[in-house]
Amino acid sequence: MSVQKQALLEVRDLKTRFYTFAGVVNAVDGVSFSVGRGEILGLVGESGGGKSVIGFSILGLIDPPGKVDDGEILFGGVDLRRKSEKELQKIRGKEIAMVFQDPMTSLNPLQTVGEQIDEMLRLHSDLDGKARRARCIEMLSDVGISEAEKRLNNYPHQFSGGMRQRVVIAIAMIAGPQLIIADEPTTALDVTIQSQILKLMKQQVREREASMILITHDLAVVSQMADEIVVLYCGKIVEKGPKQDLISKPAHPYTQGLLGSIPKLHDRQDRLTQIPGTVPDVRNLPQGCNFRERCPFAQARCAEEEPEQHALDAGRSVACHFPLEQELAP
Amino acid sequence: MQGFLKSEFFFNYRRSASAIIGSALMLVFAIYVAFGPWLVAQNPHDIASLELLDSFKPPAWLEGGDPRYLLGTDGQGRDILASVVYGARISVMIGVTAMLCSCLIGTVLGLLAGFYRGVIDSFIMRIADIQLSFPSILIALFLMSAVGTGIDKVLIALTAVGWVVYARTVRGSTLSEIEKEYVQAARVAGLPDRKIILKHVLPNVLTPLIVIATIQVGTFVLIEASLSFLGVGVPITQPSLGLLVKNGFDVLFSGLWWTSAFPGLAIMMLVFGINLFGDFLRDELNPRLK
Repeated sequence: MSVQKQALLEVRDLKTRFYTFAGVVNAVDGVSFSVGRGEILGLVGESGGGKSVIGFSILGLIDPPGKVDDGEILFGGVDLRRKSEKELQKIRGKEIAMVFQDPMTSLNPLQTVGEQIDEMLRLHSDLDGKARRARCIEMLSDVGISEAEKRLNNYPHQFSGGMRQRVVIAIAMIAGPQLIIADEPTTALDVTIQSQILKLMKQQVREREASMILITHDLAVVSQMADEIVVLYCGKIVEKGPKQDLISKPAHPYTQGLLGSIPKLHDRQDRLTQIPGTVPDVRNLPQGCNFRERCPFAQARCAEEEPEQHALDAGRSVACHFPLEQELAP
Repeated sequence: MQGFLKSEFFFNYRRSASAIIGSALMLVFAIYVAFGPWLVAQNPHDIASLELLDSFKPPAWLEGGDPRYLLGTDGQGRDILASVVYGARISVMIGVTAMLCSCLIGTVLGLLAGFYRGVIDSFIMRIADIQLSFPSILIALFLMSAVGTGIDKVLIALTAVGWVVYARTVRGSTLSEIEKEYVQAARVAGLPDRKIILKHVLPNVLTPLIVIATIQVGTFVLIEASLSFLGVGVPITQPSLGLLVKNGFDVLFSGLWWTSAFPGLAIMMLVFGINLFGDFLRDELNPRLK
């Protein structure tokens, strides 16, 4: 293991289940990872992989029929699962903030953006009205909105999608959180805006020495942003490690499949490689390795025995009986 | 004001005959309700001012009519026009107050049901379902016979009948609103439930209530009139339009038609005006028709 920076958030063996009519869904099944201070962690996986559920589990916002059944969520060394709802409300927004996917619906259409940014300060700071307003203006120009003072009095519908996401980021950042959970922050945006927003988020996080968990299905996004990558499949971690190693040398066939499905500019490819099949029904997972039916390298052992997470070199680990070793062309 | 005159709402309003007629009727009633006592010569509730000699005068334009009594008089010599104006005040007052009470109670229950779901939701909605399976006049009649008569009792009965539509509408909108990310965002921001409901959910579920509230005033005026006509509504000392119709009805077949025809006409025009304007509002505020 490399020298670890002190962890801001440490999730240990988190299990979140949904008790539905059709059966128990193990949305998050024994996931462990940690986020160091000032670090950006990418949480990658297909839709339905339990990525967003992890975010909501950390904040204690899993609604019935869902439930965090087991595990520890250590934030600054304290287990959030042991906190009362009242204490959690003080942490949400102030210590841990969240950025959502769709800026069209994540702002209240009937309040000006000024009111919505101000709400965070009123809730989580002791500033008076004047100071709060000054902070709001400053924050709004920080996220790249010109004429911030005027724009404070505008309603969300007067902003474009990219601008709204900037406002959402301003709301998330203004109380000075140590951790930002960004749940597919650029999925709903135009490609041209995506990289602007990503750059902005990265810059904001770095400037404030905050940490970020970036939840996405897009490995290309993660490779721009993250320091560490965690790859999820069916609620379990299949592979994790530092970005550079993981991208250039994926050990799990699933990671390799995800990487193969990104188009590359300089390669001549007639077809993109794809991962065959679909994600199995989470209520009825196959025995053995969850990925076995889609895996090109599956062998008899994969059907019998579920692979355990085991360490590779340089802070990496993988849950596969037969980890890949070949290096991908950059 | 300048902004309103340029708004799409006002643009459509000017082009809708039914909206203009409806709002004109409502305006006429509003003026009479507000300034009625100064607009008619007689106070029909003040027995000392009545002249028994003037009883059962026909409307002014008929033979034997008295120019002092435009719409004729009843058996006690009351001016029918004055009675209608005073009666309309009572009818509208009851309709509006009952609407406000229903709206308040229904909205609160609907918000609670939609936001917390689970047991609270089932409990409130089953009561609403039971209530909706009976005709509202039957429920009102039953309640009135249980609690007695009087304006306050009428208000209780109407509210008991009226809250259901608000509760159901608000619950439905709340369910769809809390799925939106801004409500999630408010929770993530650490806002307590009370604030999320009041500041974020409530303002976003209010629009459809405007239409319901408008039309409901008309419905309540009708229900109250029916109750009074059936004799379980307002007391004789505070005659609403419905009670005036009933009083006149006793002498209707003696050819003294004006005693109940004019109060009846007033009910009709009031409800007609409200419904015309309510229809316009429904078309205007329905996002699906935009």
